[in-house]
Amino acid sequence: MQHLSWTGTLGAYLNPLFLTALICFLALAVAAIARGFSPRADGPNLINPTPPSVSLMGPSLIIGLVLWLLSLSGVSLLAPLALGNMSLSLIVCLILGAAAGYALYQISAEMIFKLVWLAFYVTLLLFGLYLVIGLFVKPATMGIVGAISQRLIPTWIALAVTFVLSILFKRKLGLYGKLFDSPIGMIGLGLVLFWIFTAIFGAGFDWIATHDPLAQVSGMKNKHPGIPLQGATEADYPYYLLGGDTLARDVFSRAIFGSGIVIVIAPAATIFAFMVGITLGLPAGYFGGRLDTVLSFLSNLVLAFPVILLFFLLVTPEIVQTGLPNYLAVILFVFPVIFIAVAQYSKNRLKPGFLTLQFPILLIICIWLYLSLVSETGKPVDVLPPMLDLFDVPAEILLVFVSVVFVNSPTAFRIVRGLTLDVKTRDYVAAAQTRGEGPWYIMLWEILPNVRGPLIVDFCLRIGYATILLGTLGFFGLGLESESPDWGTTINAGRKLLSVYLAPPLVPAFSLMSLVLGLNLLADGLREESLRD
Amino acid sequence: MGMFILRRTGVMLLTALCLTFIVFILTTLYPNLEKLAKNQGNFRMSDAEVASYLGNRGYTQGKLQNYGEWLGVLPGYVIKGLDGKTRSRCSNHGVVEPDAPKFCGVLQGNWGFSSVFKESVSDVVKTRLALTGKLMFWVMIVMIPGALIIGVFAGMREGSRLDRSLSTAAIVTTATPEYVSGVIFIAIFTSSAVGLKWFKGSATSAMDNATLENFLLPVLTIALYGMGYIARMTRASMTEVMTAQYIRTARLKGVSFANIVLKHALRNALIAPFTVIMLQIPWLLNGVVIVETLFNFKGFGWVLVQAASNNDIDLLLAVAVVGVIVVLLTQLISDIGYVFLNPRIRIS
Repeated sequence: MQHLSWTGTLGAYLNPLFLTALICFLALAVAAIARGFSPRADGPNLINPTPPSVSLMGPSLIIGLVLWLLSLSGVSLLAPLALGNMSLSLIVCLILGAAAGYALYQISAEMIFKLVWLAFYVTLLLFGLYLVIGLFVKPATMGIVGAISQRLIPTWIALAVTFVLSILFKRKLGLYGKLFDSPIGMIGLGLVLFWIFTAIFGAGFDWIATHDPLAQVSGMKNKHPGIPLQGATEADYPYYLLGGDTLARDVFSRAIFGSGIVIVIAPAATIFAFMVGITLGLPAGYFGGRLDTVLSFLSNLVLAFPVILLFFLLVTPEIVQTGLPNYLAVILFVFPVIFIAVAQYSKNRLKPGFLTLQFPILLIICIWLYLSLVSETGKPVDVLPPMLDLFDVPAEILLVFVSVVFVNSPTAFRIVRGLTLDVKTRDYVAAAQTRGEGPWYIMLWEILPNVRGPLIVDFCLRIGYATILLGTLGFFGLGLESESPDWGTTINAGRKLLSVYLAPPLVPAFSLMSLVLGLNLLADGLREESLRD
Repeated sequence: MGMFILRRTGVMLLTALCLTFIVFILTTLYPNLEKLAKNQGNFRMSDAEVASYLGNRGYTQGKLQNYGEWLGVLPGYVIKGLDGKTRSRCSNHGVVEPDAPKFCGVLQGNWGFSSVFKESVSDVVKTRLALTGKLMFWVMIVMIPGALIIGVFAGMREGSRLDRSLSTAAIVTTATPEYVSGVIFIAIFTSSAVGLKWFKGSATSAMDNATLENFLLPVLTIALYGMGYIARMTRASMTEVMTAQYIRTARLKGVSFANIVLKHALRNALIAPFTVIMLQIPWLLNGVVIVETLFNFKGFGWVLVQAASNNDIDLLLAVAVVGVIVVLLTQLISDIGYVFLNPRIRIS
């Protein structure tokens, strides 16, 4: 069978178009950025006009230097000159840059930006074309890009449905709906949802991955992307879309399954960290005094620890033997239970029937879940009989989870404490106090809902940070077992042969980067939209 | 001010004591000691042999006692072992030397002996710290001006296209952890698969002789990740200053825009980034460990990895002390610096 190329047979027609659009976009973007440095960009300054010579300098220099760098790297037509005589080529490039800068100065900034967007949309459209055509044709026609797009059909459908529904009903959806007014927020949400859906359909239902992420197929070791599978039967997918790694496993499937691990652990760990932070930060900020001093000292203690050192000390097989992660889990996981119980009690305690019926049931369910999570058969903390134990978390996952929660909690604590200090002097808090509400009611039902904006924004950023921490753990081979498909571990495994085989480490690297980027953009969009009202 | 510094120093010492104690406990948990014994002795020791090995070397006296000995406030142990030899802490856990001092802990300047490097811990830390210092110096040189320039340009006209593009670029760099950007850099600029081969993928040769070719990529990898955050903070502080009344006054007086930015706004806008830069330094330590592992630059971060993966107790403790001191010192400097730079606080 044929080796699959990146864009297949159709690529021969589409690639030149796409490349032209991309180059146009990049060149225009450089021009636009250069023009942005020229003070005339915001309209003439009537009182003290900037002389044209100054306005020209920025754009000309930037364009000149970019040209020079391009010719040094052998891309542009000036390459032969650059390699022959560096200083001469620099002068030529600067002169060319000055000419281009002058030309730019004559065009209005608006015009350039319109052109940039036009080029951008054309590029995007052409890229979309690869993906869309790929959905309907055989892998050989549209190549690796098309084939991957085809594998991702469940994700595309889910994304499309979510976006269409959200945009249709965005006025009724509160802060989430407002996100669709900001392009940055929409891109961020798109990236995050892409990975969430890929994790659900790929790692959860196994609809996307082409092979078993752990299966090693002989003859597929260290292969470049698009290699046909050796000894494939009818049932097998005929290619390793993104090549094979050093242990002859499918890089594409590993990246898909890796997303499942990250998408579950990172948000869950962040939620737990926030529960700890909220449950401790609210009273620390609200009551102040000695409680605040002690808790702040403890949180500073953890924060003063270099994170990596903490990981190296905490996430080792020896520590698992001592049962320390289980004890930590006992402490850290109790906070959500306290949070839910206190919140419900402080709000509903005067309702008839609540204390005798609903509250005990809620409490029992929470404690049962807590004990199932904490207790493990044959481990130091083994309180529930196996029959009642709902789920067992594998020891190494628990360890990774607990350490990420542990590292993130103090920061969450600091944020909640700071926000509480800020908000507790507001009038509505005073009003609640005059009404005779208890302190916990005020903290959980007056203060907390009012600081949710900054908390949600920070929550998104923290998930990104937790993702990075998970990757760091994997990168140092800590915690998860060495053949686990999570991104950090895969990057670490692939980096040894990086100079020859690029795909094994780069695929998880770009996956991780896009997820964290999505979360950061989402946080940025949320911040912008929540500040607007 | 003096009282403030004194109190901060007190809290700092207390924090350092607590943290080293935690590290001490974690490194001397029994499974870790067992690993140490098997590493030092031989791998096929029975449980009883391990216990006697550790007992002979004073590891089973109780954590507080051991910690006190390490710190140098309690006299080092002298134990007549089960094998008949008398060992003492102050003779390198070996057979007692007649002129060995009574106390030999950190306070006496004895940081112990590294079991991985077979060298005294203070020597290891000194040489490696110097190498990492070189790396950090260049990181600072690249990162701080870069971040400040990006932040100032983005913040001087809030909401402009320049602001939007620079802010997005800053977000991209903060979303790219060192192990991702490092791998991407190595793939693009050093691999034979891409074929550019502008730089070297290993910085080992930079330890003696740092050149652009072997040192740029590690420096850039660390600098990029920190740069985005500082740039965003600078931008935030710059936009705040640019909306201040006195800037409007200057504008109405007819001061040119460049002068407003450079002479009026910049100085006030740089107060906040100063603290951010200071607080960013401990975070750079993470980057240092990753980059030194990735580029095989044998500095302090590399030592941390070696010490931790071999459970080299003395070395790990020293590394922890250095790390903690860096964190606390930068916090102190940022607090003091903030007070000095901000006239509103300084005068009151």
